Amino acid sequence: MKWLSLLMLLPLAGAAIIAALPKNNEKAAKQAALATTLVVMAATIAMAVGFQRDNVDLQFVENYAWIPSFGINFALGVDAIALVLILMSTILAPVVVLAGWNEAHGGRWSVKTFYVLILVLETMMIGVFAATDLFLFYVIFEAMLIPVYFLIGGYGSGERSAAAVKFLLYSLFGGLLMLASIIALYVMSGAQGGHTFDLDKLSQLQMSSTTQNLLFLGFFIAFAIKAPVWPFHTWLPDAAKSATPGTSVLLLGVLDKVGTFGMIRYCLTLFPEASKTFTPLIMILAVISIVYGAFLAIGAKDIKRLIAYTSISHFGFITMGIFAMTSQAQSGATLYMFNHGFSTAALFLVAGWMIARRGSSTISEFGGLQRVTPVMAWSFFIAGMSSLALPGLSSFVSEFLVLVGTFTRYPVHAIIATFGIVLAALYILIPVQKALHGPTTVGNENLKDLNLREKVAIAPVIAVIVVLGFYPSPLLNVINPAAKHVISQMGFTDPVPSIGDK
Amino acid sequence: MTTSSSLVYLIALPLAGAVLLLLGGRRTDKWGHLLGTAMSASSFGVGLYQLMLMLDRPTEQRPVSQKLFEWINVGEFKVDAGLLLDQLSICFVLLITGVGTLIHIYSISYMSHDKDRRRFFAYLNLFIAAMLLLVLGDSYLNLYVGWEGVGLASYLLIGFWNQKPAYATASKKAFVMNRIGDMGLSFAIMIAFATMGTVSFAGVQEHAHHASEAALTGMGIMLLVAAAGKSAQFPLQAWLGDAMAGPTPVSALIHAATMVTAGVYLITRSNFVFDAAPTAQLLVVIVGAITLMFGALIGTAKDDIKKALAASTMSQIGYMILAAGLGPVGYAFAIMHLLTHGFFKAGMFLGAGSVMHGMNDEVNMRKYGALRKFMPITFVTFGLGYLAILGVPPFAGFYSKDMIIETAFNAGGAKGIILGVTTLIGAAITAFYMTRVMILTFTGTKRWDDNAHPHESPWLMWLPMAVLAIGSVSSGYLLSSGGALENWLHPLFDHHAEHEHHLLEPIVVSAMALTMVAIGVAIAFSKYARQEVSSVAPENVSIFTKIARQDLMQDRFNEAVFMRPGQALTTTLVAADEVVIDGAVRGVGQAAMSSGSALRGLQNGYVRSYAALILVGAIALIGAIWVVVQ
Amino acid sequence: MNAANYLYISALLFTIGAVGVVVRRNAIVVFMCIELMLNAANLSFVTFSRINGNLDGQVMAFFTMVVAACEVVVGLAIIVTIYRSRRSASVDDASLLKR
Repeated sequence: MKWLSLLMLLPLAGAAIIAALPKNNEKAAKQAALATTLVVMAATIAMAVGFQRDNVDLQFVENYAWIPSFGINFALGVDAIALVLILMSTILAPVVVLAGWNEAHGGRWSVKTFYVLILVLETMMIGVFAATDLFLFYVIFEAMLIPVYFLIGGYGSGERSAAAVKFLLYSLFGGLLMLASIIALYVMSGAQGGHTFDLDKLSQLQMSSTTQNLLFLGFFIAFAIKAPVWPFHTWLPDAAKSATPGTSVLLLGVLDKVGTFGMIRYCLTLFPEASKTFTPLIMILAVISIVYGAFLAIGAKDIKRLIAYTSISHFGFITMGIFAMTSQAQSGATLYMFNHGFSTAALFLVAGWMIARRGSSTISEFGGLQRVTPVMAWSFFIAGMSSLALPGLSSFVSEFLVLVGTFTRYPVHAIIATFGIVLAALYILIPVQKALHGPTTVGNENLKDLNLREKVAIAPVIAVIVVLGFYPSPLLNVINPAAKHVISQMGFTDPVPSIGDK
Repeated sequence: MTTSSSLVYLIALPLAGAVLLLLGGRRTDKWGHLLGTAMSASSFGVGLYQLMLMLDRPTEQRPVSQKLFEWINVGEFKVDAGLLLDQLSICFVLLITGVGTLIHIYSISYMSHDKDRRRFFAYLNLFIAAMLLLVLGDSYLNLYVGWEGVGLASYLLIGFWNQKPAYATASKKAFVMNRIGDMGLSFAIMIAFATMGTVSFAGVQEHAHHASEAALTGMGIMLLVAAAGKSAQFPLQAWLGDAMAGPTPVSALIHAATMVTAGVYLITRSNFVFDAAPTAQLLVVIVGAITLMFGALIGTAKDDIKKALAASTMSQIGYMILAAGLGPVGYAFAIMHLLTHGFFKAGMFLGAGSVMHGMNDEVNMRKYGALRKFMPITFVTFGLGYLAILGVPPFAGFYSKDMIIETAFNAGGAKGIILGVTTLIGAAITAFYMTRVMILTFTGTKRWDDNAHPHESPWLMWLPMAVLAIGSVSSGYLLSSGGALENWLHPLFDHHAEHEHHLLEPIVVSAMALTMVAIGVAIAFSKYARQEVSSVAPENVSIFTKIARQDLMQDRFNEAVFMRPGQALTTTLVAADEVVIDGAVRGVGQAAMSSGSALRGLQNGYVRSYAALILVGAIALIGAIWVVVQ
Repeated sequence: MNAANYLYISALLFTIGAVGVVVRRNAIVVFMCIELMLNAANLSFVTFSRINGNLDGQVMAFFTMVVAACEVVVGLAIIVTIYRSRRSASVDDASLLKR
């Protein structure tokens, strides 16, 4: 069965149906969007069941000629890392639709358009993780910007146009560098056995170390902007602040993962030597991201910006895990990507509800919510605890794996990064205290607690956070072989405990 | 090792209680406190059952384990969710669930007027579950889950009345300072994995003597940091005083009897690390000695009855840490003092709660006085706890504290003398401030306002106090008669490094300790019982008193050294991010735009100027070619 | 007679034409100046033809004349149309490209 192309077609079909609906029937558009995303989620889970976890080759492979004269194929396939990310994306999509039931109102365009954009984006989210042809990947990588641009610029709040343009320019700049690298690879492949964009064949190209370094940078900067890694991060807080909460979830939870996923799939596979050359630098950038993002989060006054800064810190952990080149750190990084999707989703969705009720996103405008809206306050608190990696919640497992794996090879980096957990306590507890504790701020006495729809939306997210905290094995067992494969492809093995020396 | 499938119920019962009460919401308000108490009591029942089973088995088969499921398994990093119940953890299990259940019972009445009583019981159950996980986990990582779990429960309970901003701040402070300790624990786990490839207690114990001393010292120091954070030891002690913001039963359970002693558990449990790392062990002793003096000095100046008791807790845990740092000879005494302290300090805190209950939640001891007549039961139970903490024979503290003083003296050389003298002086100061608490609260003349109507607490409150008072009287004798606890714990510790010094005979140590206690009591009497006590704290006091009132400047120090620079750094970074990094990005955009607008002037629409430009361009081109050809 | 002299005249004519295009506002005059430049080029072509002793330059001059004739037709038509719509033959008044 052609699972991957089916997954990509389903949201498009949903988008077509919504586009055909009468314009004034907003409810039908919402229901159709929810139904579509649920079907996609079910299909993804059905596909994941058939995944052979001990097989490190690409699975569910499909290949169609697309532009044969340039050797471009519509080629799809997933390994465990891509599978996990697709799973995360398709589970988050219905949550986002349900949670942001009313967020398309007040946009520049119709509600219908909003859901068409969301569904088109979902197709691309699946495609970008599944593409195995470099050209196809590039096209989707760039085309994803379009729906997001319109989602931020058309349905956001505040200075939404400026934020959308900033996001677009940053991403296009990175994309351009990557395009140059891709063309270079294509040209070189012509001299070494025929023009191709096939990832597998390109990874066997011979090239001088200077070329490799330059091409690596082209890819890495594009991904570092996407991820975002310090100092390429300033677009994220603005975009996250202006976008609707649902869009922010997709932006931080899924789209940013393309950056870290790309580092594993493209940087490491295509340029193993250059990756090793740049690892010291990247590790430093990652550690800076962790600490810097945390400090900025502590200083943030706007709740959406705060969440964006915490994500910068978390992406620092993921990047560190990817380049530490130990199986614990690599598995941890992939698991982190999955977990971060859910904990950020929970934070953003609850923050979005808080903002919608209060009409402001400034943290000091809240206060005493625990007494007024207990369920909402608890949801925010649990999401926050997940963000600060409390043991027993899912992010702890991944964060600790990254730290312990990094420590065995780069103890200094790991030690500095661990200071991040103290900072994390601050950046979560400060907004918790300001927003949830203390006397109830004037004007907040009559805020409504979460309604049934919102509870239904947040419950599965929290359930995933808690269950994976205690029982991450099902996911880890899928990730482990793939992570190990990445490490061994790079020629690394885990450091042996020093006790062996004696 | 023996396996058992029933260990998990110890944790699962209170955890189920917490989950049910939190998810059930207001629907469970009516019977929530009963469920919470029942869950805690049944966990105690399971603990007693396990103890009976354990007593039936021969010594080497006493520890039991249970593997629940595979938790994290990546490469060499394999951690199962596994439980381990041995002679050490059973002590803790019974203390936690036993004292815990008593405090649940007490809270039914103490919190009966609070409309959030159900939530309080949910948190208490959560705490019991997390604390049991802490002492039952079979690896450092499992312990870590419980370790942060109790931190979370402590945070929630300190901030139980978080609508008051000061209380919310106190809970945040406790969590953050605990997190610094947790960071130490993370480091210790990382070092263990990097050097020994395992994080389970059994694995580390097996490999510890192969590992380099440097690694073990590093691990030991990091474990000490963790213990300092959780047990409010120097230099991470500042949160404990503020933690008294929580309801008094919480102070009794978490911040006196159980959670704050987790550091002692951690060090005792890691005996195999510390025994092989003398430097780390020495640091443990130093931290313990500093804290026992530090806490005692703070205790002398506090007028808030709970803060005085909190300072005393800090000091008593200093004794335990000191004992644990003395190696195999000290572990058993550390645990013994921990258990007896669990009884008498929890009892005294509950007594303080009972006093506050009768005095409209007044905590200032200068507004008490002469309460003996109004609260006879509270006076008696508190008084028994008082005698126990002083170390008067035959009360519990006499057995446990004298052992620690004696072991300290016997540590050998100058170290032994210094430690011995420190513990003796600590005992004198303890006698002073505890006598002060007794006199100010229960004797003398009444100093309270007319709207206070002191009365004895209901039986649900005094019953637990009475049970704990019985413990304060008898536990020392029971645990030490025939070396009961020492023999019980003996198989867990590595004794072959032990070398017996006997600097002083036990009887001499006891005599010295009692003399010091008598001196402390005498000073307190002359200062507070013989003179009129003012109901407001006098201002014209010595500089030492002023410093002690401010907790020996601990908050000032933290603020000046960490908080302000941290805040300044945050502000700077926020500004720098806006100006430098985002500024650079916007600068590129600005440059493109301004160069665009500069060039736009050329496009004026006049054909003639275009023609002139073409002409100039052509001439320049020809000129350039000319130059090149030439 | 020295062939270079023709080239000097050609350069002179071209310069006069170019300066005229730049400084004059009347479209008709500008147009005449352009013709002047074209003819200056023609003169150069013919001169080079003479110098090199072949006919290439002369052929090129014919081409130029044909093109110039076409250009006059189209150009004058444009100028007349502009004059009709704007009541002015000044090139500065027709600075519409800016907007």
